[in-house]
Amino acid sequence: MEQGYILINKGDNVVTLLRDFEKGERINVSELGIEFTLLDNVEFGHKVAIRLIRNGEKVIKYGESIGSSTKEILPGEHVHIQNTVSDRGRGDQ
Amino acid sequence: MSTFKGFLREDGAVGVRNHILVLSTVVCANVVAERVARRVQGAVAFCHTNGCGQIGEDLSQTIRTLAGIGRNPNVFGTLIVSLGCEGVAACDILNDLARNRKNIELVTIQECGGTSGAIRQGERILRGWQKEWKNQKRVPCQLKDLTVGLECGGSDTSSGIAANPVMGYVSDRVVSMGGKVILSETTEMIGAEHLLAARTTNGVLAKKLLDFVKKTEDSAKAMKVDLRGTQPTPGNIKGGLTTIEEKSLGCLAKAGHSRIVEVVGYAEQPTKQGLIVMDTPGYDVESVTGMLAGGAQIFLFSTGRGTPVGCPIAPVIKVTGNPRTAERMRENIDLDASGLTLGRQSIEEIGDGLFTLLRKTASGRKTASERLGHTEASITRIGPSV
Repeated sequence: MEQGYILINKGDNVVTLLRDFEKGERINVSELGIEFTLLDNVEFGHKVAIRLIRNGEKVIKYGESIGSSTKEILPGEHVHIQNTVSDRGRGDQ
Repeated sequence: MSTFKGFLREDGAVGVRNHILVLSTVVCANVVAERVARRVQGAVAFCHTNGCGQIGEDLSQTIRTLAGIGRNPNVFGTLIVSLGCEGVAACDILNDLARNRKNIELVTIQECGGTSGAIRQGERILRGWQKEWKNQKRVPCQLKDLTVGLECGGSDTSSGIAANPVMGYVSDRVVSMGGKVILSETTEMIGAEHLLAARTTNGVLAKKLLDFVKKTEDSAKAMKVDLRGTQPTPGNIKGGLTTIEEKSLGCLAKAGHSRIVEVVGYAEQPTKQGLIVMDTPGYDVESVTGMLAGGAQIFLFSTGRGTPVGCPIAPVIKVTGNPRTAERMRENIDLDASGLTLGRQSIEEIGDGLFTLLRKTASGRKTASERLGHTEASITRIGPSV
């Protein structure tokens, strides 16, 4: 991937980065015509939001829900355990 | 392309290895089993911490697993090493194995005067098998005689993007040739079970699969904590996996696109050819042991962060989609699939390479875990010790 990311399904609201990126770098998701600036330093293998994900909205990867956001996530923000939780296996709830 | 050279057993099964198995029935027999195996060429010990203080289905599952390992086609002959007073009935395993296979013997430590006597007797039995063992020759076999176990361990996001899809490509090919492929790790079906259920060939199988997933999720919930305390693991999370659902969706890719023809419990032997689902924990070593008991002779194992684990009696082929792991843990990796992660190679290109490696490994080529002497094993528990 020349562009350094992978969009697995066109319905996803995140992409996975294929190299380490620094805050301020531009990412152009050419498949969807979406462009944004990275708001965090994000490591290889981690996810970045490509659209606004509202608080409580499903995070979509592989075209399927991988859990819910716990706060509003802006395009270009790192999507991980600080803002996304599992909906499954929640014995704590 | 549909053949390899394997060892034909008297029950018609085909081994890809020719191990003399020293099977410990209980933790108290482990040291004797290991010492016997160390003294004789071709012998390997299978040790574990179960075998006593177990009741009900927890005990019968351990017995089923031990018998299944003795029955594995990679085994030339089995010496069972028992203490003599443990909960596992060694005689039952002996009789079960002896029904279809020759070279099955039992040594009981309490009847041999202790450690040294048991080691001497065990060694004597194995030496008596040496001539026949050495005369075993590989013969042409069909890939349809293979049961391939699928596993992932130390996953990261590259597993779902590259290593698992490449393994899925090979799984589909083995299935299309009439072989068996086992997908396990029920924990890692949570959040993706609807996609698997839709691939079963009938509603009974779909319900059985969904019930296994529900049971696993319920047992995690019963601990009153977020499953994320262990699934994804801390290493998975560092590697970019955020939730169990994300991990599951990536894991699923290793089973390709074939229909699911059978759903079996831990260490049960599938009866159908094709893609089979086995109920096992996500804990990789316990899962591999369950599939080994179910008859898997060879494993495809994806790893993102890198893991050295192997298996006492079967080759484990390690595949990584993480370019850093391919470099940093080179000695533990058999196939580098990072070309797919980086967009430089196609699934077909890497998958054809993995398929060739599978055939060569089945014909005797040693894997990284075999060269490095990795023989990890563990039988899962479903009840506390009593």
